[in-house]
Amino acid sequence: MKVTLQNLTKKFPGRGRKAAGEVTAVNHFDFEIPDGKLVGLLGPSGCGKSTALNLLCGLLKPTEGRIFFGDEDVTDLPPEKREVGMVFQNYALYPHLTVRQNILFPLQNRKGADRLTKAQMEQKADEAARLVQIDGLMDRKPAELSGGQQQRVAIARALVKMPRILLMDEPLSNLDARLRLQTREEIRRIQRETGITTVFVTHDQEEAMSISDIIIVMKDGEIQQIGQPQEVYDAPCNLFVAKFLGNPPINTFAGSVKDGRLFIGDCAVSEVKGIPDEEVTVGVRPEGFLPTPQGAFVCSLDRVEVMGRDISVICTHPACDSPVIRAIVNGESQVEPGSGTVRFDLKPSKVFVFRKDTGERIC
Amino acid sequence: MEKKSLKGWLYLLPAILFLGCFLVYPLIDVFVYSVEEGYNFASQTYSGTGLYNYSYVLRDPYFLQALKNTFLLVVITVPVSTGLSLLISVGLSSIRPLRELFQTIFFLPYVTNTLAVGLVFMILFKKTAYTDGFVNLLLNWFGAGSIDFIDGPYAAKMFVLCLYTIWVVMPFKILILTSALASVNQTYYNAAKIDGTSGLRIFFRLTLPMISPTLVYLIITGFIGAFKAYSDAVALFGTDLNAAGMNTIVGYVYDMLYGNSGGYPSYASAAAVLLFAIVLTITCINLLVSRKHVHYFS
Repeated sequence: MKVTLQNLTKKFPGRGRKAAGEVTAVNHFDFEIPDGKLVGLLGPSGCGKSTALNLLCGLLKPTEGRIFFGDEDVTDLPPEKREVGMVFQNYALYPHLTVRQNILFPLQNRKGADRLTKAQMEQKADEAARLVQIDGLMDRKPAELSGGQQQRVAIARALVKMPRILLMDEPLSNLDARLRLQTREEIRRIQRETGITTVFVTHDQEEAMSISDIIIVMKDGEIQQIGQPQEVYDAPCNLFVAKFLGNPPINTFAGSVKDGRLFIGDCAVSEVKGIPDEEVTVGVRPEGFLPTPQGAFVCSLDRVEVMGRDISVICTHPACDSPVIRAIVNGESQVEPGSGTVRFDLKPSKVFVFRKDTGERIC
Repeated sequence: MEKKSLKGWLYLLPAILFLGCFLVYPLIDVFVYSVEEGYNFASQTYSGTGLYNYSYVLRDPYFLQALKNTFLLVVITVPVSTGLSLLISVGLSSIRPLRELFQTIFFLPYVTNTLAVGLVFMILFKKTAYTDGFVNLLLNWFGAGSIDFIDGPYAAKMFVLCLYTIWVVMPFKILILTSALASVNQTYYNAAKIDGTSGLRIFFRLTLPMISPTLVYLIITGFIGAFKAYSDAVALFGTDLNAAGMNTIVGYVYDMLYGNSGGYPSYASAAAVLLFAIVLTITCINLLVSRKHVHYFS
């Protein structure tokens, strides 16, 4: 099911007597999610991701704008009429019901012609349980399951009614690191198998990048960038997106453009064409550093961390915005830990130039 | 180990002494009195032991009347007051404006003196030389005849007593139930809403099970409280409850000890033991029934 948001806005009234401080949690969202895609809604906490999700499922009413599922306008439909499945951050499994009863619950709500026979319901529940691989746990109560198993039950409950779209609010945040890796692969697999358009919210860029077809980066209620994860990573549209994606994070420097050349401090690191002379912010991805004896970018070497395949070169530069620069370089590179300085060439595709005041990308 | 347990007993001593003197000893004493026949307060003598006191009490028409009154009171007031309180609490939790005002209003009877409330009920229901009472005025206005609720037919008196009891016990139940309802996590309701659950189904399949421990607590304490009813009847019908035919078991015990027919501690004890047995039985049945339907969550 294609999902289209048109000019979607949600404002929350301010608290207190004067009702000052109105908050715009979702500001003029305008985009289309193609059918069958897994979309990651990514942003720091408080940026309006969950609000956007609640608008999609109908728990919140938008202040402005429309939502379409396919060609149908669902903006004014209450949640129960939208046929969405939702996985909550704390799973919201009904504690007094068994796994089977939990999964059956949405089916039992149906009335009239939509209502299935008991046998059909059981069959659907079994299918959903098999899909998320919890078919052996059907008679347990939620309290008798591990976090990962509860998560699967929640997904099965959301999927059993074959929703038009599936929404997940921070689906992995309650799991430990190992389980998180495993479960995100699982979510990807389930989404592929069912082909249901899925939107999930996360603040973890790695999570979003690794499994999404499309990521939507948000900040303060506004969309910063939409695209395939690699696209967004390789061509961030502003400093925020560049900083938010990537681990280790991008290194940023105070730089300047003079006569078509880009300077970081005193080092002329690359050519930039067609940009007027001005002060800029330069971002360099950790993998954008190439240690070369004659490299243009000179840093003081702090230490070298060996990580096996790669090595991580920790160095400093006066123009850098953070105390240290972290460069990830090939394990065969020649970096002399004792020498005190290290010289790099910068890969042009990994260097981004941003306007100093707005953070907007220039090149 | 030895020293440690000694210390433990020392800590328990004040409570054990206190409870022993004022709770356990009197309890045992009641059992003892109840089997001593013809016990006399003044001379501290009795003529023999046996179950005569019980057979006397069980054949005493006043006791049978009290038993009937108490049972009616229990059977009517506990379900009605619990059901109404649940209804009001659900209503209170689903409104936002004026919720606190209504909460306060519903809680007022709890902090009002029983006798003052009784007086108000007398004004509402009692027939005097000057007026038939407010309720009768209303009845007349609708074209019905006057009913004497305080000295009239048994059903009318029972009605007033039940109404009074329900009204007095509801505030506490509402208070407890509203807080139980508030403690149910909102995401359960959100999840149910997205899954298209009807309001009734949410109430019976989600809300009720989630507040079931509180409900059971209220029902059990409600039963015990109603079996111990006495002051309510006094507030409405005065101290001579036997004459009014509105006595309760506790009232009967009191009358046997101190009332007009007072001075019979043995009969009073036997009646008290019977009450104890009834309450114990009902509570056990309650717990057994509820074990199947109550869900406790950690």
